[in-house]
Amino acid sequence: MAATEITLEVARYRPGVDSEPVLQSYQVPLREHWAILDGLTYVKDHLDGTLSFRWSCRMGICGSCGMTVNGEPQLSCATFLTDYAPGPIRVEPLHNFPVVRDLVVDIDDFMTKLPKVKPWVIREVQSPIEEGEYLQTPEEMDECQQFSMCINCMLCYSACPVYSLEPDFLGPAAIALAQRYNLDSRDEGADERRDVLSSPEGIWACTFVGECSAVCPKGVDPAGAIQRYKLTAATQSIKELLMPRSLIPRSKG
Amino acid sequence: MSVYQRPVHLFWWLERRAYVLFVLRELSSVFVAWFVVFLLLLVNAISDGAASYQRFLDWSGQWWMVAINVLAMLFVLLHVVTWFGLAPRAMAIKVRGSRVPAKQIVAAHYLAWLVLSAAVAWLVVR
Repeated sequence: MAATEITLEVARYRPGVDSEPVLQSYQVPLREHWAILDGLTYVKDHLDGTLSFRWSCRMGICGSCGMTVNGEPQLSCATFLTDYAPGPIRVEPLHNFPVVRDLVVDIDDFMTKLPKVKPWVIREVQSPIEEGEYLQTPEEMDECQQFSMCINCMLCYSACPVYSLEPDFLGPAAIALAQRYNLDSRDEGADERRDVLSSPEGIWACTFVGECSAVCPKGVDPAGAIQRYKLTAATQSIKELLMPRSLIPRSKG
Repeated sequence: MSVYQRPVHLFWWLERRAYVLFVLRELSSVFVAWFVVFLLLLVNAISDGAASYQRFLDWSGQWWMVAINVLAMLFVLLHVVTWFGLAPRAMAIKVRGSRVPAKQIVAAHYLAWLVLSAAVAWLVVR
């Protein structure tokens, strides 16, 4: 007979009580359409109301429910219990972030870094509203659309060993989002983002491990974005060195 | 607020297969550098005359030197294969408005490697 339950081994960290996370086991129903998040909700509703975790949309859009499942960074709403049967399934908070309580991590570091790359459309001169939208062809949109799929779930930071070793690293998602705007035909802010991106804490800290792209649930490929910007930045530096007085045209690399 | 910060262990790179491969790829640079040194020693030996070149050949033929060079070759091959595999991620090349497929960029790298190797081989054995 097929198993009707599966064991979740959940990392519990109660500040002031635990000095480090301890695993606590819960038996939850093994249902075909249940994700890890459904299992955790079952624990919270029926077994242990003190368990803390973060979630919102339950459909892979909000990026709130990132956790480490059997050692891999995953969106817990998009990771199914049956894929891990017969279990047990170990659920821990995202690595590389301070743990506030149980599965809830402190994301302040990312929230501080993100605005530094100015992830919005920058115009040298704003057109009057009466002139309408800034138009874009489908081909121009294709250039940046992949990077616009980022949902800020921070699985990429959790998978990045550079971020764990050098916490000052700007990180995969922030750089990919900067590229999302640099490559946008409507944007004119590449020069404003350049100093932050080209700093030692920016693209040059990345050693191209590539795990950020491997774990991304949206196929954004932050590692690719970073390497592409390395080429752009290096090319621009060489141009400036060879032609210091010329006006370097803004690059869309 | 008392938060828990997970410590980074010395052997963090053993946690995931991809990390191990990454560390091996980084380590392969040492063997690339070794081949450069070996080549410079060879050129130096040749410039010092026939006796010096023969001494270099004898030294290179010892079992431990062969072992080092076989290991170095394996690491250099890993270096080439992994970096060629990553090249299309950094190179967004457009021809007539459409992006060149990743496979073609990788193939171009291998082709360039083959042509250069053939040119070097021709120079050496002609």
